[in-house]
Amino acid sequence: MRVVEPVVELARGLWTTLRMMFDKPVTIQYPEQKKPVKARFRGRHVLKRYENGLEKCIGCALCAAACPADAIFVESSENTDEQRYSPGDRYASTYEINMLRCIFCGFCEDACPTEAIVLGDQYELSFTDRRQSIYPKEMLIEPVPADGKPTPQKTKVGEFTRSVPAMKDPQD
Amino acid sequence: MNFLLVLEWLIKGFVWALVLLGGFAYLTLYERKALARMQSRIGPNRAGPWGILQPIADAVKLIFKEELTPAKADKLIFTLAPVITVVPAVIITAVVPWGPSLDIFGYHLNLYIADINVGVLYIMSIASIAVYGIVLAGWSSNNKYAMMGGLRSTAQMISYEIALGLSFVSAILLAGSMRMLDIVSAQAGYWFHIIPKWFVVLQPVGTAIFLIATLAEVNRAPFDMPEAEQELTAGYHTEYSGMKFALLFMAEYTKMIAISAIGATLFFGGFNGPFVDQLPWLGPVYIFVKIILLLFGMIWVRATFPRIRYDRLMAFGWKVLLPLSLALVFITALGIILAQLNPRFVIFIPLASLLVAGVAVAMIDRTLRRKDYARR
Repeated sequence: MRVVEPVVELARGLWTTLRMMFDKPVTIQYPEQKKPVKARFRGRHVLKRYENGLEKCIGCALCAAACPADAIFVESSENTDEQRYSPGDRYASTYEINMLRCIFCGFCEDACPTEAIVLGDQYELSFTDRRQSIYPKEMLIEPVPADGKPTPQKTKVGEFTRSVPAMKDPQD
Repeated sequence: MNFLLVLEWLIKGFVWALVLLGGFAYLTLYERKALARMQSRIGPNRAGPWGILQPIADAVKLIFKEELTPAKADKLIFTLAPVITVVPAVIITAVVPWGPSLDIFGYHLNLYIADINVGVLYIMSIASIAVYGIVLAGWSSNNKYAMMGGLRSTAQMISYEIALGLSFVSAILLAGSMRMLDIVSAQAGYWFHIIPKWFVVLQPVGTAIFLIATLAEVNRAPFDMPEAEQELTAGYHTEYSGMKFALLFMAEYTKMIAISAIGATLFFGGFNGPFVDQLPWLGPVYIFVKIILLLFGMIWVRATFPRIRYDRLMAFGWKVLLPLSLALVFITALGIILAQLNPRFVIFIPLASLLVAGVAVAMIDRTLRRKDYARR
C-alpha cells in the first residue's frame, strides 16, 4: 500500500527538470565562439613547405593512389634549377582535392613519403556551388615561411637532388 | 441597442483576440526557451535580442511556404478543418473575466467580453466543437497516419472531457453558480487572513484532475497521442503545410492559453489578488501572471514526463479519472451540506478529497505493480 511514494516519484522527476533550468547551458555560440580542435583532429588538408620555402610535395601521387574515395588528383611536372618548386626531379603542377569526395580518413597523410600533405584543423568547408568543392593547390598550400622564398626558386646546380629528405635517424 | 455598447464589445473582442494570437506567437517562444533551459540549452537567441523576433521569423517562414493539398483529399473539408479548429480556441475565452469593472474617463468599462449566466456550460460546449476540427482534418487528409491521429485525438478528447466536466462541477458547486464572475467573486477573500479562498485550496484534487484532463484535452505531452511522432509521423496534421498547418498549430497553442485562463479563473481565484479591490487594474495583471505560471506548468510537465501508452491513457481516463472525479463531486456536495450546519465543516471537502485521491493513487500503484499487467 503505497500512497505517498508514487506522488513523490513524480515530484522528483519534476524537481530534476526544474533544477536543470538553473544549470549553465552547454551551448557554444558557434560563429562567435569556437572550440579548439583536438590534437589529432583531421580537418582540411594542408600542403606543407620546407623552411626555405620549397614545397614538400614531389608530385608522386601516392596520396591519390592511397585515397579510398578517389578524391585527389595530382599532375606532376619537371623541376629545373632555374625554376625549382620542390627538391628532386618533379613537383606537383596540379594538386586538387574534391572535398565532396574526401572522407577525411587520413590515408593520404600516411602514404606521403615527404610528409607534404597533412590534415589540418580547418573544418569550415561549406560552399554554395558544386564546382567550389574542388580545392586547387593554391588553396591547399600553406603560406611561405618567414625566412623562405616563394616558389619557383632559382637554386644552385646539384643542391636539391634528393626528392625525399635523408633520414636523420634510420631507426625513426 | 446602444451604439457605444456595441463598439465597446467590438473593441474588447478585437483586443482579446489580438492578445490571444500574439500570446500564441510568444507562447511558442516561451515554450522553446523554457524547454531549452531545462535541457541545458539556450534556445532561440538569433532573431532579435534574446530571440524576441523569432515568432515573426517563424510566421514569415510559414506564410511563404508552399501549400499542398493531397490529390485525393476532400478539398472543402481539408480547407475548412483548420478553421473549425481555430475558431473555438479563440472564442472559448470570451466568458473569462480578466478584471473587475473599471472607470476610465468617466466611462464604466467591464473587463470581460460576455457575461453569460451559464459561462461554464459555454466553455464545455465550445471545447467539444474543437474535436470536430481535428477529426475532420485527420479524415479529409486521406492519409492513414492522419486518420489514426484524428481518431485517437477524438477518442482521447471525448474521454477526458467527462473528467474535465466533472472537475468543473466541483467549482460550480462551490461557487453555487455557473456564471464566471460569480465563481471569481466566490474565491475572493482569505481564511485566517493568509490563505486565499481559492478553490484550489478547497478542492486540490479537483484542480489536479482539471490540470491532468486539460493536458489531454489540448493534446499536450505526456498525453500527446494524436501526434505521437514515432508512431504517426505527425498525427492529424501530417498532410498540412504552410498557413493551414500554422492554423492548426495556432489552435493548439491558443487552446493552451485558453485552458490556462479557464483554470486560473475556476480554481486559482481568477483576477483576485492583494489590493485588487482598491486598484482594479491589478486584476488583468494577476490573471496574466496566473496564466503564465499555469503555462509554465504545462511546459514543465512536457519536459519531464514521457508519453504514456495509448491503452493506458484510455484506461487512466475511464478507470481512474472518471470515478475519482465523480467521487469528488459527491464529496463537494456533501461538504457544502455539512458547511450549512457549521461553516467550519468546509474543511471536510479538501480532507475527504485528498483521502479519495490517496486511495486512487494506491490502487493505480497496486495495478501497475502486478506482473501480469506489465506483460500485457
